[in-house]
Amino acid sequence: MQIKKSTKEYDAIIVGSGAGGGMAADVLSKAGLKVAVVEAGPFFDPKDPVTMTQMKWPWESPRRGASTTRAFGDYDMSYGDWEVDGEPYTQSEGTKFMWWRSRMLGGRTNHWGRISLRFGPDDFKHRDIDGLGENWPITYEELKPYYDKLDKQVGVFGSKEGLRNDPDGFFLPAPKPRLHELYYIKGAKKAGVSAIPSRLSILTKKLNDDRGVCFYCRQCSRSCRVYADFSSSSVFIIPGVDGGRIDLYVNSMVRTVTTNDEGLATGVSYINKEDRMEYELKGKTVVLGASACSSARILLNSKSKQHPNGLGNSSDVVGRYLHDSTGAGRSAFIPALMDRKLYNEDGVGGLHVYSPWWLDNKKLDFPRGYHIEQWGGLGMPAYGFGFDVSGMNKYIGGAVGGYGDKLRKDVKKFFGATIGMAGRGESIAKRENRCEIDPTTVDQFGIPVLKFTYQWSDYEILQAKHMQDTFEEIIDGMGGIAFGDKPTKEQNYGLLAPGQIIHEVGTTRMGNDPKQFVTNKYCQLHDAKNVFIVDAGPFTSQADKNCTWTIMALAMRTSEYIVSELKKQNI
Amino acid sequence: MDRRNTIKTLLVGTLGGAAVVGVGGCKTEPTDGSAIEAGVSTEGLYGRTPEELLRDERLNKEVYFNEAELGTIAILCDIILPATPTAGSATAAKVPEFIEFIVKDLPYHQLPIRGGLMWLNSESNRRYEKVFSELSEAEQVSIVDDIAYPDEDGKFPERAPGMAFFNLLRNLTLTGYYTTRMGFDDLGYQGNFPNVWDGVPAEVLKDHDVDYDPEWLAKCVNQEKRMDTAKWDDEGNLLT
Repeated sequence: MQIKKSTKEYDAIIVGSGAGGGMAADVLSKAGLKVAVVEAGPFFDPKDPVTMTQMKWPWESPRRGASTTRAFGDYDMSYGDWEVDGEPYTQSEGTKFMWWRSRMLGGRTNHWGRISLRFGPDDFKHRDIDGLGENWPITYEELKPYYDKLDKQVGVFGSKEGLRNDPDGFFLPAPKPRLHELYYIKGAKKAGVSAIPSRLSILTKKLNDDRGVCFYCRQCSRSCRVYADFSSSSVFIIPGVDGGRIDLYVNSMVRTVTTNDEGLATGVSYINKEDRMEYELKGKTVVLGASACSSARILLNSKSKQHPNGLGNSSDVVGRYLHDSTGAGRSAFIPALMDRKLYNEDGVGGLHVYSPWWLDNKKLDFPRGYHIEQWGGLGMPAYGFGFDVSGMNKYIGGAVGGYGDKLRKDVKKFFGATIGMAGRGESIAKRENRCEIDPTTVDQFGIPVLKFTYQWSDYEILQAKHMQDTFEEIIDGMGGIAFGDKPTKEQNYGLLAPGQIIHEVGTTRMGNDPKQFVTNKYCQLHDAKNVFIVDAGPFTSQADKNCTWTIMALAMRTSEYIVSELKKQNI
Repeated sequence: MDRRNTIKTLLVGTLGGAAVVGVGGCKTEPTDGSAIEAGVSTEGLYGRTPEELLRDERLNKEVYFNEAELGTIAILCDIILPATPTAGSATAAKVPEFIEFIVKDLPYHQLPIRGGLMWLNSESNRRYEKVFSELSEAEQVSIVDDIAYPDEDGKFPERAPGMAFFNLLRNLTLTGYYTTRMGFDDLGYQGNFPNVWDGVPAEVLKDHDVDYDPEWLAKCVNQEKRMDTAKWDDEGNLLT
């Protein structure tokens, strides 16, 4: 099988079309560079009626939306989840890491929660505060102009709150809270927990002529046909392809970054999934945005005489310091929400209200904070609706069980009377937590796969304990009754498996010392100056925030740096 | 491999090789519903990938329950959700058909239901020397009454398998029913329509001891100005 080489040379080859790859493609192509985007999955446009799930009814699915083939249900817009056919990954003994991959144009941005939180000043210098992990080589002030531009370009709703470590931005106005969210606000207040309007990249107001305005269907996870939520497919890649600025290669699985005798990148080699042949593309720069773990995998698989330990890996740090957000949750029955009057309260996809971290870790037995997301309300019935509904009667002294009219009454009585909370926190990056190449296993394209090693520490476990205590206080404050038993110490207080929150970061962390860090402060490989990373790999540390907004702000900054360096002929 | 070919592949895959029109031309179409404009029906597609559609086709060809089993399932479904003056029964909402599909889709349901049906017939034979479907309605209900409620004092351990079975069938019947148009109408579900969310209706709010805080509302969207393009001052204050 001969490798097919293209004679065309791009200024930049971008691997991956998600948040980071999309932003890089947008900035680089608008600067006039010749840009190729190489995506492992198929083409996807949120407004294509063939693939669209938005506004579908549950009965259009024979399984009523059950999660049989998609982990978050039939209508979730992700091709691929913690498992992808033909693309396994392996684990060290005792590790249970869950690795989500969305194989499609736009990647995970087609279904993500749109929670768009800037990191704050402390998040870049947390080692200075508690001595753990490493500081970033950049400050909030350095990234702030990019967050500002991002807010205006892509759009995010929120509110000005003046919180020091949860900086304000250029917000679209927030949607009004739903009924259960008013109960959450009340409960949080009683528990001494702050609650503010959420910050999501959904257009509650017109942003520009290219995108529609939210029509409140609560289905951002299905991706929006009028482009009122941010997906990299609809906002970056498709306009770039339509405008002739971007060459798009779909169903193209990158195997390695190719390099020359000087150890610099010359392009990428990829497998075309249609004909299962290997191809090469040539580029002056390679920009990896394949996701923290996928980009690490590509680097580690790109071995050469100049880079015997994998490209960019002279430090032996590629794949290390992998960390995900922590997660734990609890839900409750709210008697005051029984027998509700029904109306359309869909609102935007996800939460209208959340709680940013409100405490000082110096007074606590764990080092980093978390935020609380909440859910509830009159959600659309799907598979699972009505399961054990009559069991709710035990909380109000009613009869459990039965059938017929009694059962119909139970269904109506308890519809919309549940509230759930989810804590999402910062973990501490550890050298031992990593992904590496499993030399004994390949995927269906013959590419060696990743093997994960990951253990939580007491820092994360004690944080989950605090989450559980807080959830109960808020539930009390709402006049609610918590479901089930409080997770115990033996259950790690309900701390979810690493990877389950889908915020994996840190595998190509940035720092000034090439011996300890993979990338410099421009997300540029210390070992090969024409290779850049625009996913969450360069995150030196996670924050108690979701990572997407910072991925995009960094990608914008990195891309502007690439344009400037190319102009100066430094790369 | 360009985008046109991807879409062509997808369409061919989804339509089982049906002729695809209107997908030629420049490589950036269709992004705007041109599949519909070109006469390609999206009826019944519910946004599947080609692999998912093939899986559905395969499941639809399989048969799991025999006629007698399905007949008993139908009787039980209608005991669980009989017709009311305003709503149809579970069988009118095609719940047995849903159960036949879901056990093929989620095979872990197969044995508990098949075995549960056999338990029910054994119990029925023991009591009345007939299988469940041949009992009178009163006889059927007499058995159901013994397995439809929890045995809190542990007086009837021999009924436990029947209770577990009935609970599963009740769950699947509720899900199968309340995920249909008929079920939505019975529930009074109002969502999944484009609208402009402007807060909890006042007549709902008055029944609850929570209310909007004016300071919070000041941060929220003025829906009358939602179509005015956003502009900010340098401090991030929204001007429009």
